[in-house]
Amino acid sequence: MTDISYSLAELVIVACAEAWRDNGEVMATGIGPLPRIGAGLAKLTFAPAIQTTDGECWYTTEPVGPGKRTAEPEFEGIANYDRVFSALWSGKRHALVGPVQIDRYGQANISSIGDHKKPKIAMLGARGFPGNSISHPNSFFFPNHNKRAFIEGEVDFVCMAGYNPARYLNGQPPKGLDLRIIVTNLCVMDFGGPDHQIRVVSLHPGVTFDEVQDNTGFPLAKIADDIPTTPAPTAEQLEIIAKLDPNNVRATVFKDNPAGDRKAA
Amino acid sequence: MLDKRMTIDDIVDQLSDGMTIGVGGWATRRKPMALIRAIARSGLKDLTLMAGYGGMDIGMLAATGKIRKLVFAFASLDHFPLEPHFRNARQAGAFEVLELDEGLYHWGLRAGAMKLPFLPTRVGIGTDIITQSGFDFKFVTSPYGDGEQLVAMPALVPDVALIHAHRSDEKGNLLTQSKDALFDELLVRAATRSFATVEKIVPTAELDMKHNSRYNLVERAMITGVAEAPLGAHPSSADPDYQLDLKHIKTYVDSAASPEAWAEYKAKYVDVPEAEYQAAIGGAEAVAALPVPIY
Repeated sequence: MTDISYSLAELVIVACAEAWRDNGEVMATGIGPLPRIGAGLAKLTFAPAIQTTDGECWYTTEPVGPGKRTAEPEFEGIANYDRVFSALWSGKRHALVGPVQIDRYGQANISSIGDHKKPKIAMLGARGFPGNSISHPNSFFFPNHNKRAFIEGEVDFVCMAGYNPARYLNGQPPKGLDLRIIVTNLCVMDFGGPDHQIRVVSLHPGVTFDEVQDNTGFPLAKIADDIPTTPAPTAEQLEIIAKLDPNNVRATVFKDNPAGDRKAA
Repeated sequence: MLDKRMTIDDIVDQLSDGMTIGVGGWATRRKPMALIRAIARSGLKDLTLMAGYGGMDIGMLAATGKIRKLVFAFASLDHFPLEPHFRNARQAGAFEVLELDEGLYHWGLRAGAMKLPFLPTRVGIGTDIITQSGFDFKFVTSPYGDGEQLVAMPALVPDVALIHAHRSDEKGNLLTQSKDALFDELLVRAATRSFATVEKIVPTAELDMKHNSRYNLVERAMITGVAEAPLGAHPSSADPDYQLDLKHIKTYVDSAASPEAWAEYKAKYVDVPEAEYQAAIGGAEAVAALPVPIY
């Protein structure tokens, strides 16, 4: 066993980074602090070709972490609004986003809860999710793995297409639909079960499959009877994460910034 | 001599009840807020608002009951992700909506700009965008052997487009000097008529078009009128002239907490002449000193 201590946020960052392994030269968009730091970690370790932005409209040579900066980063290209669509429609992008709801098909929602005409809760609107979902790979991060996020039926307003045959236009999944991983506070999942069923590929230290299933509104597959443990961050990764996030924004994502290994806690 | 100069009130006089009005900018960037405030003060009603990349434009017109139908992809104040007046109005079922994807909205504007009835796309497939009750989306089949079925995104054609730019001459030659031009060009090209507010109207020579050509988004023939409106995007940004005003946006967000809070905000910042508004926000000096935001 390792004696390196790490937070749950750092474990999640390392798991998010894996989304961009072997992606080639793509635009990497991580929405929210942990996916964003994850993209940076991927770029500074095993995925140097990916392009990350300053969160506004520039591609930067080095990844830019969340919060206050000590210096202006070096810009290597422009990612203005028009160009973002040109890039994403080409398929050369992998976004890791944080929806409010997701269902068994991977359909995701950030628009509204309840009746769309008069929602119980109006949120952002669909944003670019519909186009993203049928243009390039997408992954997800959920800070609270529960049945309000992983819901039993279909999400209230489908913003992102998923592997739902009832909604296919040509009798097959939309061209470009490519859902990759889901990272949560409990585990990492993918869409590798039978007929793209969501499947647990690793459990965070101290978490059981039953705990994950009990907090999910639909049945999950398992990668194996004995599900692997999500790899702990290495000392080198922790050092890079600290450099990418000098403001320690990662410590504010989960309540009380818990340890990554909940067996030890 | 071509002279398209108008006042903000002249522009609002060109609008009428039931019109479809397209608004440029993005969330907290280059929203023509002086015009939005003037519309909020006016007697206009039953507007169809096309604000794909919406912020306080949607919120303020929602809070003042101007919207009959909203065409949008999101409403957000970016640093404050949820637009609170939009939320209140949506949750009260105050207006109809056509909810689009950001790229689909852009595609609709592009069809409008190209004077086409629609453009084909995959965007929307597999989602509730194409099944919502607000619009009966149609499909087309590729005639080129692959036979793929695609969504036919209809042209978006506002009666009037309203944008905010940095400089203009009196003929309507515009400069939009932000590093990101957003989709103001397509909005103007799609609309039947377009009006721009600008930070400053200058002689043509001062536009220095030779060096600024990339900031000149449309032919002046596309612009019906220009109004000089210094700080006209506030509290959104008109970078590089000034940045967004996060403190004021917070005040605006807080104004959605109760009808009383909104009445107070409205009395102080909406139901006043633009000069009084500028004084209330600390004047040009305070706005010029706003810090560059962190994303």
